[in-house]
Amino acid sequence: MQTMNSSSISASLRKQRRWGETIIQALLFLFAALSILTTLGIILVLFSQAFRFFARPEVTFLAFLTDSTWQPQIGRFGIFVLVNATFLTSIIAMLVALPVGMAIAIYLSEYASPRVRSILKPVLEILAGIPTVVYGYFALTFMTPILQRIFGRDVVEIFNVASAGIVIGILILPLITSMAEDALSAVPKSLREAAYGLGATKLETALKVVTPAAMSGLSAAFIVAISRAIGETMIVAIASGAGPRNFNSWSEAFHNLAIFNPFKAAETMTGHIVRISGGDISYESIDYDSLFAIGLTLFFITFLLNIISRRIVARFREVY
Amino acid sequence: MTTHHFPEGQDLERFIKRRRQKGVFWRSLFLLATTLGVIILMVLLLSIIDDSLGYAAVQYKIEPHDLVVDFYQAIVLDASNARTFDDADALARALAQTPAAVGLLEEDVFLAHADALRALAVEDGGLTGVVVAVSQQNDWAQSMRSGEMMTLFTIAETWADVRPGWPNTPIQRYLPPADSPLLTSFIAQTYGDDPAQQPVEALLAMLAQQLSPGALRQLMAEKPLAQRTQAEVLDILEERVLQPTILETWSLSQSLFHKDEIEKAMAAMPAAALEFRHWVTWDFITSPQSSKPELAGVRTAIIGSLWVVLITLLFSVPVGIGAAIYLEEYGSGSRLDQFIENNINNLAGVPSIIYGMLGLAVFVRALEPLTSGSLFGLADPTTANGRTILAAGLTLGLLILPIIIINAREAIRAVPRALREASYGLGATRWQTIWHHVLPNAIPGILTGSILAISRAFGETAPLVVVGASTAIFMDPSGPFSKFTTLPIQIYQWTSRPQAAFQNLAAAAIIVLLALLLALNAVAVILRNKYQRSY
Repeated sequence: MQTMNSSSISASLRKQRRWGETIIQALLFLFAALSILTTLGIILVLFSQAFRFFARPEVTFLAFLTDSTWQPQIGRFGIFVLVNATFLTSIIAMLVALPVGMAIAIYLSEYASPRVRSILKPVLEILAGIPTVVYGYFALTFMTPILQRIFGRDVVEIFNVASAGIVIGILILPLITSMAEDALSAVPKSLREAAYGLGATKLETALKVVTPAAMSGLSAAFIVAISRAIGETMIVAIASGAGPRNFNSWSEAFHNLAIFNPFKAAETMTGHIVRISGGDISYESIDYDSLFAIGLTLFFITFLLNIISRRIVARFREVY
Repeated sequence: MTTHHFPEGQDLERFIKRRRQKGVFWRSLFLLATTLGVIILMVLLLSIIDDSLGYAAVQYKIEPHDLVVDFYQAIVLDASNARTFDDADALARALAQTPAAVGLLEEDVFLAHADALRALAVEDGGLTGVVVAVSQQNDWAQSMRSGEMMTLFTIAETWADVRPGWPNTPIQRYLPPADSPLLTSFIAQTYGDDPAQQPVEALLAMLAQQLSPGALRQLMAEKPLAQRTQAEVLDILEERVLQPTILETWSLSQSLFHKDEIEKAMAAMPAAALEFRHWVTWDFITSPQSSKPELAGVRTAIIGSLWVVLITLLFSVPVGIGAAIYLEEYGSGSRLDQFIENNINNLAGVPSIIYGMLGLAVFVRALEPLTSGSLFGLADPTTANGRTILAAGLTLGLLILPIIIINAREAIRAVPRALREASYGLGATRWQTIWHHVLPNAIPGILTGSILAISRAFGETAPLVVVGASTAIFMDPSGPFSKFTTLPIQIYQWTSRPQAAFQNLAAAAIIVLLALLLALNAVAVILRNKYQRSY
């Protein structure tokens, strides 16, 4: 055995510079920082291209916000009709997904036996894993004919907002259900037990005690779901129409609430971006730049929703 | 101030009963909602399967049946010593007097001359509606195998050629007139009427007959005909000679329950035949893209998808795991680290199409020398721009990066501190601890999450359409610098076409896509169950 005198021991025990470790740490930091680059990239790209769009002489910011039609061929770029279609589909989606999703979540967290849970959880996972293009196909080939049969062929166009909206609702259903169920399950048993101890029925406990207690998680679920619905592309690209629902004037738009008719075609922001980029497009054209203006609007909306969701979660969060 | 009295006695009982009933009512409503979820999934899957099978009205330029029958009829009529008789009785009488002759007769004609003729039985099979007869003076032929029957009417010169041991006399063939139902029925039954069941030599001969010499030369230049398999020759035959056109298709439910509507539609299309078509076939998976729905397949799309997902994997999994390791192990909770964390959570919520626009501006345009391959001198001459598999893979990589990071962080977090502490206690450095202890224990969880993220990338459509998937691509992608199309994009394009056949193609492609995703997810679930460990 080698004899080691004290000086060599303390030398080997002193903290050594290990170059390998430093390099690895730096590399891993770069990987993590790539995410910042991504966000910067998104912001830079969207802003710079949108700036090019607004810098063009035909385009004014005011007209962008207030014009009632989006027709690049005649130089009119009013974003409202696209935003309106996006919101129409998202609202219809939430009308479908929120009640059903909450009902399933409450059933899963308060009532369900392990057997039901073992059937339902995989079903929801499968529904969540189906690609959106498949849902788009479903919307066009199944949902639209059914709507036509219910409401009549002359009321419901082949491309319409309603079938896209309903199918987006089906798409976000698993999302709402799993997030809501997580939120409800996180409420401690003691609250439920206390309510039962006071003589409440299971329903009353679920609706009046557990649900309000889980409000922060539930609101987060709500906002994440609506954010997903707004950003959805393929379902609306396939089923909701190949052109914006344009109106020549605002009075025409609100005549008979035509602008809110769910049974007629209306292209959304995302659908429009996909359709235009899927065709032949020159990089210098105003169409190309306009896509980034739409993209910027979309990004703003989802970013805003994200911030709101964080605020609500922080505000309603109950610490048990 | 109103005092609210808690009910008592009878009122109390009624009050409680009402609350209970309300509970039961709402509980069944919730249960209904859950069954709705299951029903929706089943309806979705059934409607896809419904569209992938069904009747189709197909119109051929040359009917497959006619092609085969005409081909063999020419050979039969051209055989040595073949004579046609317009009158069946004359045929029968001539047959009776010639021992070395064989003839084709209808059953009733044969029975009328049964005293002078004998029917040849087919040992392995049988003929309906047509009798192969020889004279009673023929004392050697009683029955024959179907293979011998085939040579009897074509290449055999003498009876000994048909079966050794039979006399060496030349065969006299007495046949009904060309294109008579009797002759065509015999040929269809003996030689077959389906091109798919013909041997490759026969198919090649048919091809040589039908194609112009120029087209034939071109085919042989691409690949010598002798080297082509039966399936390949069949494909060529179908595409160049038979040229099927699908006029109308019906779904499975329509085919089963609305046959009268189908028949009415068929009556309006006299030139078309009704075929029952399975749209998901091996041909479908292995054929390249085509603008004709009858011939289209998803091979190009599948290969494109696999290439793109490979690049995505190679980029985002190492980077994602590395970032997660940094944030979990080296992170100090500083403002910068928190900023990075918030940032990643934000990115996970950004719509996928915005990633597509980022990819378009950065990877396709700004980094074009890199993504088109011209930097390396490997640019595909047909592409010459950045809309390549590399750009698509990098874009999707950025898309799923936040998901992989979040997931990997949880997996790393789940490794108990005790392991790390023990490693440090033995004098290991931080990286040694991570590489030899933390990572191996976290890998199962990371793997499962990565596979799920990859299957998400597999199904993504919108970002790749924006990045620039090709709409008309007929050659398989050969590398990261090729043009591409992916399976979801193919589905999108087919769904957007109005003709009925494209809907069926889309349904079939969806089945292929779902099958691939199922396989991926099954791998993830198996891994998760296998490596499930609790500390």
